[in-house]
Amino acid sequence: MLHIYCPHCGEYREEEEFHAAGQAHLARPLDPEACSDKEWGEFLFFRKNPRGLHHELWVHSAGCRKFFNVTRDTQTYEIKEVYKIGEKPSVVAE
Amino acid sequence: MTQKNRLQSGGRIDRSKSLTFTYNGKSYQGFQGDTLASAMLANGIDVIGRSFKYSRPRGIVAAGAEEPNAVMQLGATEATQVPNVRATQQELFNGLVSASTNGWPNVDTDLMGVVGKIGGKMMPPGFYYKTFMFPQSLWHTYEGVIRKAAGLGRSPLENDPDEYDTINQHCDVMIVGAGPAGLAAAQTAARAGARVIIADEQAEFGGSLLSSKELLDGKPATEWVNTVVEELAGYKDVMMLPRSTVNGYHDHNFLTIHQRCTDHIADKAPAGQVRQRMHRVRAKWVVLATGAHERPLVFSNNDVPGCMVAGAVSTYINRYGVVPGNDLVLMTTNDYGYQTALDWDDAGRKVVAIVDTRANPGGARVEAARKRGLNVITGSAVIEVQGSKRVSGVSVAPISADGKQVTGSVTKLSADTVASSGGWSPVIHLSCHTGSRPVWNDEIVGFLPGPTVQKQLTAGGINGKYDTAAALAEGLEAGQKAVSEIGLAASEVALPAAESVEEGAPMSLFHIPHLKSTSAAPKQFVDYQNDVTAAGIELACREGYESIEHVKRYTAMGFGTDQGKLGNINGMAIAANVLNQTIPDTGTTIFRPNYTPITFGAIAGRNCGELFDPERYTAMHKWHVEHGAKFEDVGQWKRPWYFPKAGESMQDALNRECKATRESVGILDASTLGKIDIQGKDAREFLGRVYTNAWAKLAVGKCRYGLMCGEDGMVFDDGVTSCLGENHFLMTTTSGGAARVLEWLELYHQTEWPEMEVYFNTVTDHWATMTISGPNSRKLLAELTDCDLANENFGFMDWKQTTVAGVPARVFRISFTGELSYEINVQANYGLHVWEKLFEHGEKYNLTPYGTESMHVLRAEKGFIIAGQDTDGSVHPYDLGMGWAVSQNKPFSFIGKRGMAREDCVRENRKQLVGLKTTDPKAVIPEGAQGVFDPKAPIPMPMVGHVTSSYWSENLGHSVAMGFVKGGLDRMGEKVYYPLADGTVIEAEICSPIFLDPKGERQNV
Repeated sequence: MLHIYCPHCGEYREEEEFHAAGQAHLARPLDPEACSDKEWGEFLFFRKNPRGLHHELWVHSAGCRKFFNVTRDTQTYEIKEVYKIGEKPSVVAE
Repeated sequence: MTQKNRLQSGGRIDRSKSLTFTYNGKSYQGFQGDTLASAMLANGIDVIGRSFKYSRPRGIVAAGAEEPNAVMQLGATEATQVPNVRATQQELFNGLVSASTNGWPNVDTDLMGVVGKIGGKMMPPGFYYKTFMFPQSLWHTYEGVIRKAAGLGRSPLENDPDEYDTINQHCDVMIVGAGPAGLAAAQTAARAGARVIIADEQAEFGGSLLSSKELLDGKPATEWVNTVVEELAGYKDVMMLPRSTVNGYHDHNFLTIHQRCTDHIADKAPAGQVRQRMHRVRAKWVVLATGAHERPLVFSNNDVPGCMVAGAVSTYINRYGVVPGNDLVLMTTNDYGYQTALDWDDAGRKVVAIVDTRANPGGARVEAARKRGLNVITGSAVIEVQGSKRVSGVSVAPISADGKQVTGSVTKLSADTVASSGGWSPVIHLSCHTGSRPVWNDEIVGFLPGPTVQKQLTAGGINGKYDTAAALAEGLEAGQKAVSEIGLAASEVALPAAESVEEGAPMSLFHIPHLKSTSAAPKQFVDYQNDVTAAGIELACREGYESIEHVKRYTAMGFGTDQGKLGNINGMAIAANVLNQTIPDTGTTIFRPNYTPITFGAIAGRNCGELFDPERYTAMHKWHVEHGAKFEDVGQWKRPWYFPKAGESMQDALNRECKATRESVGILDASTLGKIDIQGKDAREFLGRVYTNAWAKLAVGKCRYGLMCGEDGMVFDDGVTSCLGENHFLMTTTSGGAARVLEWLELYHQTEWPEMEVYFNTVTDHWATMTISGPNSRKLLAELTDCDLANENFGFMDWKQTTVAGVPARVFRISFTGELSYEINVQANYGLHVWEKLFEHGEKYNLTPYGTESMHVLRAEKGFIIAGQDTDGSVHPYDLGMGWAVSQNKPFSFIGKRGMAREDCVRENRKQLVGLKTTDPKAVIPEGAQGVFDPKAPIPMPMVGHVTSSYWSENLGHSVAMGFVKGGLDRMGEKVYYPLADGTVIEAEICSPIFLDPKGERQNV
């Protein structure tokens, strides 16, 4: 079970309090109507599945209800960094 | 009954406290301090079970968690039956009832034994796959016999009478194992002021020191143990957990500890006590001081009772005062094994021979044995054992220096016990749990913990450091490292002086050769619990299994509750030899949680019975119970399902409830509907983006129905949202979808549109909601409110702030039944009061409570959907015939708009929701039934959609149903057929889903 630091609460809390919400940094296209079916399909359905560093969106659902980003190693489950929405990760895959 | 193998003195047992226990119905005596295994051995019990596949008699081979054979069934009563208990780990108590788990009809006369003997050739590895998979139909025939013959215990048929606990713990340093290394680490960390938890699976702390004659500072080692334990007990931040197995080591230093609080007292916990506890520990640092397991050697008939692991023999002698035989032959590849012969000699029994596989051994223990005049045979091995239910003799022969061949003639010796030592395997199980792959080490001839990302340290035997001095030093070092990492000052610890014993080099040998080839020699067991032999592993390799993971699956080596504690390394060595490669080339072995079996009770803790899952009740729950409601689970809510009167069937009750509602007035407890309070100057715009329809012009005091879609355009929730103020709305959601919808709103606000000023809060539990519905609902409400209820003043889809029964209330004129309806919301605390007042005044109108089932029927008569029942994540609003709820003209591209415009969403012939009117008015199509256009089509028939909602309508006198039909909206009046499992076919006509009052006149009065 992961031990996750909530950047809004400023505390480590148990994974049970959080929901994983998938890949981070998926911006909704500003003009959806301008997207082709292929582009919209990619936004909707295509996701990364890396072995190694992955930027994920999490929400402290049973806590402050705030979303934030987690950079996690999918192989070792190490959390390298947590950062707020709108911030850039400092740890990135090469 | 005498304990014929019990020594007069010595050991850590209390001979003044005699305990009675039974094994397979027969009564025996043991002493306080015994394990079940030591007591059985003291009583000369040789056979404790039959083997899994070959049904060979088996005895106790080890003294701890690694025991593969002595897996017992415990329990004096049906309710307290416990399978899968290792006799070597079960402390003896007075009245303990045990039984063997294998053997049919019993372990001494075993019918399967006959099969086993002739079955040797008949049951090669992969036997199950090869024999039972084809023809598949025969599996059921075999299965019964196999289950009967091959069980490893049974679960109780009655409820567990005991209580179990779960405790969450946090600590600086978690120390696993309280042997010399663990205790030294604990002492070091505790003195530095760290919060420490130290757990050990045994009843007493001390580990290997409990069964050794070693001296520390010139005194028995256990004196040092006592001093440290006393010191640790004095620290308030140190928690000591004996009888506690760390069963799992999970990510981010999360460990689970299975503590057995009363299993040593009785098979049922004393009143008021918890039987077992699960500690869930989050530790800053973990020190694994789990020690090592001795490896037995693999030789012919090495499973005959009387064959044991050498160190276990010493443990029985030194710790329990039990010599498990009279005439010992010891086979060893290393110096340490000699200790067993010395202990046996000290106990006054006969050492027949020490058979050393090395040609020129020469360490201190070897010299000690020679000095005593013990018969040391070098460069030789025990190649075969004689006997069936007990060892009667052994065949000894010289072997080559590489250990691969027998090089000389066989000598037979008479003996009843064969102890073997093939060296030690570090207990690396926990370090593997987090995904770290172990690393082979040639020097210690074993696997060591691999690199890890956990904050983990290791000390002692787990690192292949087997002598006490080294273990103590490593424990101290690990303790200091943990302390400094946490940021505490190092502590002063003086380690006791341990004797240093000079040791000769061990030989790397696992599989003892035989005169015959492995496949022709009598069975050489690698994994006792799964009956895997050396020949079986060789066969698997010859059949093409090269990866050790595949060999393990093919042969079942290391499976089940054993997890390969004794056998895995030997098996890998044998496979490596056949494949002509090294052990590390052959692969690694990974161990998974749990380390030893754990009871379901400990896993469940208090989360069983009524505490299994939280239950949510509405404010009127008590009234529902008192009025005989049957309840339905909706999420965690308990909702009234229907209210049967005496003698009524469910259908009778539904018919009555539905009729009363349409004819006069019914009442529904709708408190469980999700309610989200939305405020902020951008609230209105936000609603427009998450709902498919328009919100820009909804005036204060008005309500509107909305559909919510995902970005894919598919409906996922619906509900009515009301405008409470210019910047203030109340959204309702489905009962089960409330939390999901709130998270959805937050997701979009926080990640996509943070510039919008809008706030969300859940107010579901703050309000009690009761819906009165039916032509007399206005008359009833009028008796309890001053609000002007006239249609001109309070129209359909309006809401008013008023008082009802003297309580401030929000009343919404919305309808899910198609009748004149008022949804009365009051602060939850007042819910029951208002509910009861309604009934006081409602008696003359035959006010009838109805539950979720009648609600379903009433809304289905009107063709109203239920999100989650009539939708399944693959239908958009147009599929539902609800294009009227989609506004394509909104300036912002609302969620779902682009998705529902995708090519697949606008194609012809999508499945669409329609009404279904059965030709036979009495026929009710089962929900989920698949429709076809041609019931005579050959099987498999092309399916055209399923029925989502289907009920008997007493009001209409016929059934009503909704379902999906391909292109259904263009097929009005056509027939669709529902072939059922019983061979009958129900015919239905595609129609509008609105069966009652299509113009909506009943709700607009």
